[in-house]
Amino acid sequence: MITLGDYLIVSGLLFTIGFAGVMLRRNIIIIFMSLELMLNAANLSLVAFSRFRVDAGLPNYNAQVFVFFIITVAAAEVAVGLAIIVALFRARRTTHVEDIASLKF
Amino acid sequence: MSPVLFWIFAGLMLLFGAGVVLNRNPVASALSLVVSFLSLAALFMSLDAYFIGIIQVLVYAGAVMVLFLFIIMLLDLRVEKIRKINWLASAGGIAVALALAIQIFYVAGNLRFARQPFPPLARSTVDDVHNIGSLLFENYNLPFQIIGVLVLVATIGVVVLSKRELR
Repeated sequence: MITLGDYLIVSGLLFTIGFAGVMLRRNIIIIFMSLELMLNAANLSLVAFSRFRVDAGLPNYNAQVFVFFIITVAAAEVAVGLAIIVALFRARRTTHVEDIASLKF
Repeated sequence: MSPVLFWIFAGLMLLFGAGVVLNRNPVASALSLVVSFLSLAALFMSLDAYFIGIIQVLVYAGAVMVLFLFIIMLLDLRVEKIRKINWLASAGGIAVALALAIQIFYVAGNLRFARQPFPPLARSTVDDVHNIGSLLFENYNLPFQIIGVLVLVATIGVVVLSKRELR
């Protein structure tokens, strides 16, 4: 029997993988992909809670509308972020975050 | 959905999610991300969220991944050269991620209703796209319009950023 806890743990593991990717990798595109993994982990737990809170035989659709908004914002974020990465690559010819240290203290 | 299918898709999602982080080649990372997103869409369908599952396939596995692959092609990224690894920073990153995982396990394990099965759904005559759509256009009409403006702003921003010379 699959319970809510299983979904929450799987989503937590996915979030941790994404978080580890952001912390460990130095390629800015891989960091960006790991960010997407973290967003999707949050979506999974939202949908699991929506399925858990059954009201009059229907899942709680407020959470699914929220997931819809998150996906839209994430798509806009990916477009802008990749445009920034392309602009950065044109200026500096690198995608390695350690080569971009002008703002580093 | 049977527990076997749940564990297969959850395992695939986590395995290819780890593949995104561990691959040295950015194209291999992007393709692992596609498999991870498709398994996640299967998990959404297992939660009876068919609309979200289809949106996941269309937006993430379709549009976002094409964008990623296109940018990798445009920048002509190769397999990363192995640089000197900063062991202290790597150990710190792994320690923080492990602490986060342990914390999530602890919280999810101690949740009061974490061991309860999902309650059954009533056999509904309308599908969930209908329900989400009516909720979106009635209760969440203003946020929906604001999201539309946000997407427009993002489009204009991308066009401005992509111009050759920035002023």
